[in-house]
Amino acid sequence: MEEQITTKEILSVSSAPHIRAKDTTQKIMFAVVISLMPALLGSVYFFGVRALWLTLISIITAVITEWTILKLRKVETTLSNGSAIVTGILLAFNLPGGVPWWMPVAGSFFAISIGKQAFGGLGFNPMNPALLGRAFLLASWPVHMTTDWTAPIYGTKSGISAITTATPLAVLKEAIDNLSVEDKAQQALQTIAELKGSYGNLFLGNVGGCIGETSVLLLLIGAIYLLYKGYINYRIPLSYIATVAIFTYIFGGPNGNFSGDPLFHILSGGLIVGAFFMATDMVTSPSTSKGQWIFGLGCGIFTVIIRRVGGYPEGVSYSILLMNLTTPLLDRYLKVKPFGS
Amino acid sequence: MFDILKRNFKGGVHPKENKKYTESKPIEEIPLPEEVIIPLQQHIGKPSKIIVNKGDKVNAGDPVSEAGGFVSVPCHASISGTVKAIQPHIHPLGGEVNSVIIESDGEDKYSEKIEFNPDYMNLPAEEMKNMIYEAGIAGMGGATFPTHVKLSPPPEKKIDTAILNGSECEPYLTSDHRLMLEKTEEIIEGFRIIMKILGVNRGIVGIENNKPDAIKKMEDVSSKFPEIGVVSLDVKYPQGAEKQLIYALTRRKVPPGKLPMEVGCLVQNVGTAKAVYDAVAFKRPLIDRVVTVAGDITHQKNLNVRIGTPLKNLTDYCGGFVNSPKKIIIGGPMMGIAQHSLNAPVIKGTSGIIILRSEQIGFGKTTPCLNCGKCVEICPMNLTPNIIASLVENGRIEDAGEYNALDCIECGCCSYICPARINLVQNIKFAKFKIMQEAKK
Ligand code: SF4
Ligand code: SF4
Repeated sequence: MEEQITTKEILSVSSAPHIRAKDTTQKIMFAVVISLMPALLGSVYFFGVRALWLTLISIITAVITEWTILKLRKVETTLSNGSAIVTGILLAFNLPGGVPWWMPVAGSFFAISIGKQAFGGLGFNPMNPALLGRAFLLASWPVHMTTDWTAPIYGTKSGISAITTATPLAVLKEAIDNLSVEDKAQQALQTIAELKGSYGNLFLGNVGGCIGETSVLLLLIGAIYLLYKGYINYRIPLSYIATVAIFTYIFGGPNGNFSGDPLFHILSGGLIVGAFFMATDMVTSPSTSKGQWIFGLGCGIFTVIIRRVGGYPEGVSYSILLMNLTTPLLDRYLKVKPFGS
Repeated sequence: MFDILKRNFKGGVHPKENKKYTESKPIEEIPLPEEVIIPLQQHIGKPSKIIVNKGDKVNAGDPVSEAGGFVSVPCHASISGTVKAIQPHIHPLGGEVNSVIIESDGEDKYSEKIEFNPDYMNLPAEEMKNMIYEAGIAGMGGATFPTHVKLSPPPEKKIDTAILNGSECEPYLTSDHRLMLEKTEEIIEGFRIIMKILGVNRGIVGIENNKPDAIKKMEDVSSKFPEIGVVSLDVKYPQGAEKQLIYALTRRKVPPGKLPMEVGCLVQNVGTAKAVYDAVAFKRPLIDRVVTVAGDITHQKNLNVRIGTPLKNLTDYCGGFVNSPKKIIIGGPMMGIAQHSLNAPVIKGTSGIIILRSEQIGFGKTTPCLNCGKCVEICPMNLTPNIIASLVENGRIEDAGEYNALDCIECGCCSYICPARINLVQNIKFAKFKIMQEAKK
């Protein structure tokens, strides 16, 4: 009995639990990459192979930036977690199809270096790096970011045939603004009515817009995959989209309150890509269910405000960035009650 | 009447069950060990006090120690032989504990007082309770709380429902499953004794629905007793945790920091019920139990083992290791304790020995928290493990208490699910320990 049968050296005595679920950070990130592929393919189809190049440039910049900074910080490389690839894709998805090639370089570099690594890397960044990169580009090169739209292969930038220069949300915004201008009001009403006929184009992605945001159908395919895998949950997208729908119905219409077109607002702009792929970014959204509901609600309210009265036709990215800042508060101060109380 | 109830609780995880390797293996009696190590502490509470001396002759079932306080139970010799030494010995729950080491005389003589009493069900409740105490029974699901204490709720707490826990939600383990199949009558009788002691006339047996044969057998045997119902539960870990089990079976919620009696319930494990039957019907102390040996071992088995048998006897009997083992766990893989020596003995709460290979023990590197919320989503106690753990890491123990660290049942679901591979429950246990320490001052 005295003899030692097994020794401490060979047996691991780490603490329970001794088994773990299969999902790791890396697996989740690669699943997100896969979920974005349908939308990427769609963008190549609608906007040409240039969309693919811009996306690749963005990914490569993101990965190189991340790798270099990690080397400089002398941090063991966490490149393999794949989050830089996700950031690269999402940044490209937020660019108009006609921007020059150096814009994804600048945007991705900013997103990774300032948006993420400056805070300490994945897990410590307070705001969605891709959206921060987009905000940086919009502030620095607003003309490129708001006019370099390319028309989809079979349609017009606006989704309707009468207007060919602007994206659907910009058309709507202008039309609503014009309602109060006497000699343009008639025309504006007609435009608004016509936009109602563009649901199909919006759903398929046959309209102008950022590379990855236009096809609701293809984005939803990716989103359903992530929901099925449990890598995102429905709370933020649901409360975000429902809030936008309700508030645009109430406040977003041409004929005063309760005349808005919620479906148009859901299908157009960056709401779907934002609600399912950016507002759900784990690091920058709340971890409790209460927090997630409120986060989505906040994103929705800000989006409607910006779309309705802001300087830009679209407000998804700024809304999410704003709500990102509330995440620590929502997590810490919305205390959840333990079971049984 | 039980069918209207849902059979579930909020949160929880679904680890791979791995029960198929042993669930059809009947309980085997392992050969008598040459010596047994009886630690004086195998239960929660005060250690028991030694009453034998070196050189004493003992029979199986003779007490070697007496309770060291109200929350304590005696321990018994599990084989006949001679007390060879009384000394500290490796304990499966960690560290060394003063233990009585008995060398077998190979005769396996039993204590004379062990005898069947056909009229056991008519004994007065107090006497039954005393017999349970004298048999040294402590919760055999792993918690090892002294059973006679649990069966003595203060008079102002009215218990109306007794619950028999046959959920066995830990992966790999099938010892309770086999016991329910092979000792069904004994378990149901033991449960009836428990109900009689408590004076309750509603008893619910909860069994996870991955054990349909056990559900059927327990239903058949208990059908004579209208006061006992068997409920099939969804398979989910930790279905066997008291508060979750009570909720799944009765929809009652035990308030934070309170015991099940707060909502009129009392939970006992099926193995404990069997031991209660032995104690009351036979005056037989708790000297053996069923242990599942599973994982990376030549033959995976269910064994009936004398308390105090060294773990090595069990692994040898099962044909030894296939590969050199990398982790040996006492209990289940979610809450069990990794061993560094096979010299540790089987004790009253040992439900299984799980052997893991090297590729089963690496989970990948720990990365910073992603705030993904998975741990929050699955915590069966509805806590925020991510927040508690990060507070603990920053040394803010008091704040961790504000986030209800004390309500953690240490089920390990949070660490299990975390994609960043953070061992959350370890941090939370540390916080609990510190807070309790502070409270004692
Ligand atoms: S599961 Fe892990 S990574 Fe996710 S929130 Fe909890 S601690 Fe953070
Ligand atoms: S915090 Fe405690 S109760 Fe919640 S999942 Fe983790 S170990 Fe279980």
